[in-house]
Amino acid sequence: MTSTYKVAIVGSGPAGLSAAARAAQLGMYHILLEKTDHLSDTIFRYQKGKHVMATPSQLVLRSDFDFDAGKREKILQTWNDQAASQNVQVRYRSEVTAISGSPGAFTLKLADGESINAEAVILAIGTQGNPNLMRCPGGDLPHVEYQLDDPTAILDEHITVIGAGDAGIENALGLAADPEQRNVVTIVNRSSDFSRAKDANVKALTSAAEEGRITILTETSTNRIEPEHIVLDTRDGELRIPCNRIIARMGSAPPRGFVESCGIEFSSKDREAFPILSPVFESTAPGIFVIGALAGYPLIKHCMNQGYDVVEFINGNTNLKPADEPILETKFSKLPGNRSVDEWLDVLRTEIEILRDLTPLQMREFTLDSDVSFVRKGDVIFDRGAPGSSLFNVASGGVHVQVNPSDPSIVVPIGTGAMFGEVGLISGRKRGATVVAAEDSILMEIPRNSALKLIATVPAVKRAVTRVSIERQLLQLFKAGLSPSDIAEVVESAETISVRAGESIIAEGDESYDIYVIRVGSMVVERTIAGKTVFISYLPAGSYVGEMALIEGGRRTASVRAAVKSEVIKLNGDAFRSLLDRNSALLERLKIDMATRKDVNAHIETMKSTFSDVADMYSSVASFLVENGIGEATDVLLIDERLCVGCDNCEKACADSHDGLSRLDREAGKTYAHLHVPTSCRHCEHPHCMADCPPNAIHRGMDGEVFIDDTCIGCGNCQRGCPYGVIRMDKVPPKKPPLLNWLLFGSGPGPGEPNAKWAKKHGNPEAPKKAIKCDMCAGIEGGPSCVRACPTGAAIRISPEQFLSVSHMQKGS
Amino acid sequence: MAFLARNKAAKRAGPSSHVSFLKYADYRWLKIASGFSALTILIYALIDVEPRHSGNSWYGYTLGTIGAILILWLALLGWRKRSIKPGQWTLKSWVSAHVWLGLSLIIVVTLHGAFQFGWNVHTLAYVLMMIVILSGIYGICAYTILPKQLSSNRGDMTQVEMLDNLRSIDRQLHDATQPLSTELANIIGASLNDDPFSGSILARLKNQYPSCPTQYAFETVGAASRSKASDNADDIVRAAQLLSRKVTALANIRRHLQLKAQLEIWLYFHVPVTFALIAALTAHVVSVFFYW
Repeated sequence: MTSTYKVAIVGSGPAGLSAAARAAQLGMYHILLEKTDHLSDTIFRYQKGKHVMATPSQLVLRSDFDFDAGKREKILQTWNDQAASQNVQVRYRSEVTAISGSPGAFTLKLADGESINAEAVILAIGTQGNPNLMRCPGGDLPHVEYQLDDPTAILDEHITVIGAGDAGIENALGLAADPEQRNVVTIVNRSSDFSRAKDANVKALTSAAEEGRITILTETSTNRIEPEHIVLDTRDGELRIPCNRIIARMGSAPPRGFVESCGIEFSSKDREAFPILSPVFESTAPGIFVIGALAGYPLIKHCMNQGYDVVEFINGNTNLKPADEPILETKFSKLPGNRSVDEWLDVLRTEIEILRDLTPLQMREFTLDSDVSFVRKGDVIFDRGAPGSSLFNVASGGVHVQVNPSDPSIVVPIGTGAMFGEVGLISGRKRGATVVAAEDSILMEIPRNSALKLIATVPAVKRAVTRVSIERQLLQLFKAGLSPSDIAEVVESAETISVRAGESIIAEGDESYDIYVIRVGSMVVERTIAGKTVFISYLPAGSYVGEMALIEGGRRTASVRAAVKSEVIKLNGDAFRSLLDRNSALLERLKIDMATRKDVNAHIETMKSTFSDVADMYSSVASFLVENGIGEATDVLLIDERLCVGCDNCEKACADSHDGLSRLDREAGKTYAHLHVPTSCRHCEHPHCMADCPPNAIHRGMDGEVFIDDTCIGCGNCQRGCPYGVIRMDKVPPKKPPLLNWLLFGSGPGPGEPNAKWAKKHGNPEAPKKAIKCDMCAGIEGGPSCVRACPTGAAIRISPEQFLSVSHMQKGS
Repeated sequence: MAFLARNKAAKRAGPSSHVSFLKYADYRWLKIASGFSALTILIYALIDVEPRHSGNSWYGYTLGTIGAILILWLALLGWRKRSIKPGQWTLKSWVSAHVWLGLSLIIVVTLHGAFQFGWNVHTLAYVLMMIVILSGIYGICAYTILPKQLSSNRGDMTQVEMLDNLRSIDRQLHDATQPLSTELANIIGASLNDDPFSGSILARLKNQYPSCPTQYAFETVGAASRSKASDNADDIVRAAQLLSRKVTALANIRRHLQLKAQLEIWLYFHVPVTFALIAALTAHVVSVFFYW
């Protein structure tokens, strides 16, 4: 091909399609290159009938293509129709293997040997379209597939599933679910165990194998593939089995190698890093633009807007304001000073220390997520003990941190440019001090997820946050009138160490005397008494340990190990000792703390000799709870099975308080000594569910509850991320008739979650599934319904510090 | 200013107390109920009513009114349990009051009737009330003793998991039956066709299933597996092992069903008889005023 396109767009997902549509509208000579034979492969591969959401809802869509929440099929149909009617030039089956050249003259090499010339290139290839392929002989045969749309459509076949991750296991189970389909399903796993898959999936798979519905082959790899058979290398030799279809689910890799080969640099070596981009989406290779998921924007609306914008930029439109401009305008509208959006962004970036290294594009993104507000002198920003995990920055003015709860006049000032609230961000614990505006100020509040992303992507931010947080944590922990200069030497010697769950930081009998501050997670203190390990106490994040050996000398008297994955600050013993020598008030304070701890130790030992059973019970119950993840919980439902009559009123009350869906499963879960941990949210310090929520719909609320807001797109990431299985994906059932109508006339399904049949009959079959989890009945007067509705007092909600304390044991629980 | 608004939000209620409904608030309702009962007895003993104590003395009317109101209020527990509305109430406190005030009815109503019984609607109401109270006392005992046993029996299994386990054994048993003789296959087939929920309510309460086909199959196939005479001895041993697992699983689930039945059976008297009581009570009150 000799003619030169004005722009070549690689990838026909939402971003690429929207870019091509804009180019077509502007009359630019363009070509859209798609690897497969259909548009938008990622959405094409969604399961049949999947409901696709349009988030973030406040963002205005700016594209020549339409997009609204709806079924996968409808969205694909719309785009196919519009691509045809708007004259978008698509070249299918055109995988780009290399891009070379310079602005105005790029050459794109295709897999079929052809090449295409273009003045500018837009990369919109996403991160999904790159599954790991079967590399054995016969791997290119047509019956080798990398996805499974509808397992129920496959009948009477011999199927081999390669790869025993979650995707592979779910496919295998789906194919073998109904014996009427008469499928013979084999799943092949390279290693001997299923370490990559979720526990529930592994259990379901092994039980299916026990029942003879699925054959599992472990330590097996594929030798070659034949039209009707597959040949496998097993531990005991070669095995040839009939096979009509192969489903390979061996993961996918981001196409980083390809992107880098085009001369595009990434922001870091991190596996999840994105390419470095200018405000007009231009990469470090001039003339090549990157948009969409590959640029770090996985949401469809973002992608489509970027497609529009980038073509406008390439076409020379320099006045185009981003589609998020109105949102930022509203954000800044309440601030004094009457500046434009760009001016405000510039002020924030230059004034706030940790934002200085950000690109204008990153700046926009973080500001969109954040809250910028003007506060008057004396306004309380947050109270001691309030839940909160966002990071605050002072853009102008300053605040006072009230470090002493009994005397608010003792304050530590924080000036323009500095941050505060970082302890809550890092530990996930409640706020440690009240913060009040010292003068009229402008503050920027960055929510937890964005702040963590910032720390992860900009190394300078990470360093600053670590240093400041260690210093502040020590000042707050030891108080005693210390100033930053007093502890400078200790901070200098400090070392942040991550500790795996179960790993010890201090072993009983050691001769070390360093001090540890628990920064993230929690620890348990144990001693060996008469050959048995006895649980002594539980240390939440924000406490310190190890002072006894330092002050009194001698060996360590107890072991300290991590209850969950944790992070500790190790303070050098010698540096700390010299600090104590200089500061007698601090020494006194530590001695008081130490005396309390010694009392506890002595108490447990007396208990051991006199009421051995009680102490044993306390110790073993505490260990059981820690093993079941209570160590990372902030508020958890427990059931005392000595009182539980199994009426399930807790579940019914839960359903009746929240749209008719119960967020807890009373019966499921582990039990020890009649203490039952039901399947219900623990509101973890660092919620696993929050880690990967595309619309950022999971937050920590006012009472410390972790909740999902209305922007949930039903993707199920949180459900897969939760190690405790407390999130369910379900449709909200229709409203029930009032209770009295049921009591008197029997209308409706009665209290609790309506049965599936009733819900289906009266509900909306088109309603999307959403993630449902406990929100601790936030905003409901009287507190959690599960506890209020328990007739016998079996259901209790606890926080671990309170429950795992000796005083609780003394009360006889 | 999101964070300023947040500070103004209502503070959360404290952690839930960990005591049973009987001990709620340091036996508050036991104290109130026993104090009230003692007071009624004292007044009954001290006052002089002519010609004698009866339901239609002023004291009789007073106690009767209190008793009737109490009965109606106690019956409202059924509504309270199901009406999950926001508010500072706990069902535990209601149950605590229900139990202790309900027991005090024995004294209040007996004194109201002044030990006068006969074959009439008045005594009928009294008897029905006593049935409700007695079934309630059984309920208190069951709720105190049985939960611990229920918990120990089920361990970490849910009822659904117990049934799934049973079904999974059944599927394997079905396959294991194929190579066996028709005679043994029929015996095991009877076990496969047996529904764990079958059997009378009495059998469930007593946990006695004398003609259990699984038990029979377990014994017969077990004996056959020990005789070793057959040429497919391995198949018989496998079936016997599966039957042994099934017997254990079945015993487990039957014990679960027994305990659940014992925990629930009394409500089938307590609640319907309450409605009968309210009907009789209405007749009692109307007739008293009719014959005034």
